[in-house]
Amino acid sequence: MEWLKKTFVKVGVLPFLLVALLILFSVAESRFMTTSNMMIVGRQATYLAIVTAGQMLTILCAGFDLSVGSSVALTSIVTSSVIVSFSSPVTGIIVGIAAGIVTAALVGLANGITIAVFRVSPFVVTLGTMSVIHGLALLLSGGVPIFNLPDELNQLLGVGKIVGIPVPVLVTIIIVILVFILLNRTRIGRYFYALGGNLEAARLSGIAIKKYTCLAYVLCGTLTGIAGVMLTARVASGEPNLGAALPLESIAAAVIGGVSLRGGEGGVIRAIFGAILIVLIRNGMNLMNISSYLQMVVMGCLLIFAVVMDQFRISIKGR
Amino acid sequence: MEIGNIMEKLLLKADNITKRFPGVLALDRVSFDLRPGEVHILFGENGAGKSTLNKILAGSYLPDEGQIYLKGKQVQFRNPLDARMAGISAVYQEFSLVPQLSVLENLFLGSEIVKKGLLDRKAMLNKAEGLLKELGFDLDPKANVGELRRAERQMVEIAKAFQHRMDVLMLDEPTASLTDKEVQRLFQIIKEIKGEGVGIIYISHRIDELKQIGDRITILRDGKLVDTLDMAGTDEEILISLMTGREVQEIFPSISHEPGKTVLSVEGLSTAGGIHDISFEVRSGEILGIAGLVGAGKSRVGRAIFGLDEIKAGLITLNGHPFEKPTPARCIEKGILYFPPDRHKEGLVLCRSVKENQTLVSIPLFERGGFIDARKEEDTVKQIVEKMNIRPKRIDQTINYLSGGNQQKVMLSRGITRDITVFIFDEASCGIDVGAKHDVYMFLKEQAELGAAVIFISSELPEILNLSHTVMVMHAGTNVLTIPGGKATEEMVLSSCFGYDHSGSGAECVEPNIET
Repeated sequence: MEWLKKTFVKVGVLPFLLVALLILFSVAESRFMTTSNMMIVGRQATYLAIVTAGQMLTILCAGFDLSVGSSVALTSIVTSSVIVSFSSPVTGIIVGIAAGIVTAALVGLANGITIAVFRVSPFVVTLGTMSVIHGLALLLSGGVPIFNLPDELNQLLGVGKIVGIPVPVLVTIIIVILVFILLNRTRIGRYFYALGGNLEAARLSGIAIKKYTCLAYVLCGTLTGIAGVMLTARVASGEPNLGAALPLESIAAAVIGGVSLRGGEGGVIRAIFGAILIVLIRNGMNLMNISSYLQMVVMGCLLIFAVVMDQFRISIKGR
Repeated sequence: MEIGNIMEKLLLKADNITKRFPGVLALDRVSFDLRPGEVHILFGENGAGKSTLNKILAGSYLPDEGQIYLKGKQVQFRNPLDARMAGISAVYQEFSLVPQLSVLENLFLGSEIVKKGLLDRKAMLNKAEGLLKELGFDLDPKANVGELRRAERQMVEIAKAFQHRMDVLMLDEPTASLTDKEVQRLFQIIKEIKGEGVGIIYISHRIDELKQIGDRITILRDGKLVDTLDMAGTDEEILISLMTGREVQEIFPSISHEPGKTVLSVEGLSTAGGIHDISFEVRSGEILGIAGLVGAGKSRVGRAIFGLDEIKAGLITLNGHPFEKPTPARCIEKGILYFPPDRHKEGLVLCRSVKENQTLVSIPLFERGGFIDARKEEDTVKQIVEKMNIRPKRIDQTINYLSGGNQQKVMLSRGITRDITVFIFDEASCGIDVGAKHDVYMFLKEQAELGAAVIFISSELPEILNLSHTVMVMHAGTNVLTIPGGKATEEMVLSSCFGYDHSGSGAECVEPNIET
């Protein structure tokens, strides 16, 4: 019991949930624990994992970003529009990807400046941009998907493989490594933890708190943009309604992975496992033919459960 | 049956109370009793456990071990309401008022008078007016608490306790922000309710006050019971040595004074935060003590130099060059570091490790090619932990789990992770035990003797007198007296603390915890 409690206090609810769900789904559904299904889970998890890595950075700074879903949609529309406007697919893809990622980074910059400089709560700011950005995506696309993307996009970033590893998985692994290094080996990471844990202490230590808060949202935007491009390649079209579930799922993933909503605590590896857990649940429910409506109910409950457990963890830690 | 008899005579009895907080043993088998109609004083340094004991008796905390008996019956309070129902009323040090609500609403918070499911404002107003009149407090029940002066909020707090029938009244530093006249009125009230058999637990640092109203006194030190004595027959010296556990000379190191050239000078400094025309200079190897009452603007001086308060006028000169528009980052760059008074609020990142907290101001120095050199950082931190005698020695330990004294040492040791030549300590020994205080003073001594210029802001007079080479006394935002060359005496400093100006804003000035 003591050992269980210690593990829980240290790493949170994630390992317990992971074990419980693996057992549950394996027993309930024979197709679940198969190599091919796990490959599918791995590939599906990449998009959420990348967004979660970005989301985690803002949560570490005691904020969060509700606009990640809309950003993915806008990225998708911008990238697709740019690509189809070029006659050469290769140039189009390169410029389109860059344009999409830059757009998402700019959304992050707008969020960051409003939050850090004008001291508006992250909740209000990103709730606002969520609507603004989604509106822009719909305006730009006229509300309909953009088709006729060159096959190369899907071939390369959607279903392509390099040395036997699917490209999205490879990209995700690289991003996770980079974020890990950023958090653990650079001053940027150190300052994120410090200002998220105690903004005043960070300020009195001479840290440029506005700059670094801003940076967290820009990085979150950039990663969201990368996820947006990859998703666009995956679905092979520009979708103005892409990523609607991402805000909830990425926050849930980070919190389940032990990132504290109070800021200053958490790591990228565990947050990624949080993302994998969520995709596992979705996959398991799909295999069990659970309706997507009911899945929404489950996901919402899961987020609240994760936050409650986080609170509970803090309270036994403090005792 | 004999035991039963004694128990009946006691109003309240606490037996072997133990309370632990993460990393701290706040109370260690402390016993305490209260007779009807007596004022029993709880005495000890900050962090000795007085407030914790008070809060356990008032139901705010649950004891980990030990029993509480009220009028001979064992009781267990799960929350403050339980204790209040049983007849224990408490007035806390920190205000427990809702600033957005009126005096009236605060007085009846949790015990509103209700008629047919609706609030009976008229009845409450009548009752409140009667109560305030009886107490002699000149307060408007309809006034918003947030707009009241500190002293007035304190009166509301006291009135709140008096509104219920009670057997035990707990007062935690009740006179901290009251004027003399209000204090005398409070003492009169205390005498009246003593006559009615109410027992009073009273926490204060002011010895003259204790002599005036105390019957018995219990001294706590580091969470342990030292002794319970009759107030008659004790004197200041006995109390202080019981409180600190040692002679005054043992606590304060002697610091040699070999001033070098002037490092920092301030001329005519005024800020938006309310200090006017402050001038002083600090030399290398010198400790400048800044004394004054709470609210006199001592902290403001440090905050202004460090770029936390906006400077309206004045000139700061650092090593002979003008130092304009300070910010924390530029100050640290130039070797000035300010240590805030509240380490939890402004000093430490509680959820992070000892290591990360210690190197927070000096990360760029550990970088190589854009990355933090983990080994270099760890080596430095390990050395400092050893040198500063920080316990536990694990540098990856979350700092929240360290005791107050060790936390303070981690914060202060930031000053030796890089080249700091001007140290500004603001209440550096606040809320830590005597041993840790001694370590903090030794740190101060070492920095000064190594040639740093030290500004030492403190509300504790003994510290100021024993550690400073030069003492500057502040009152109402200005510098009223500067005493060079270690010639400051208690009388000189105290009398100027209270300032020349006894009219007007005097009531806003709060007396410091002068523990002499």
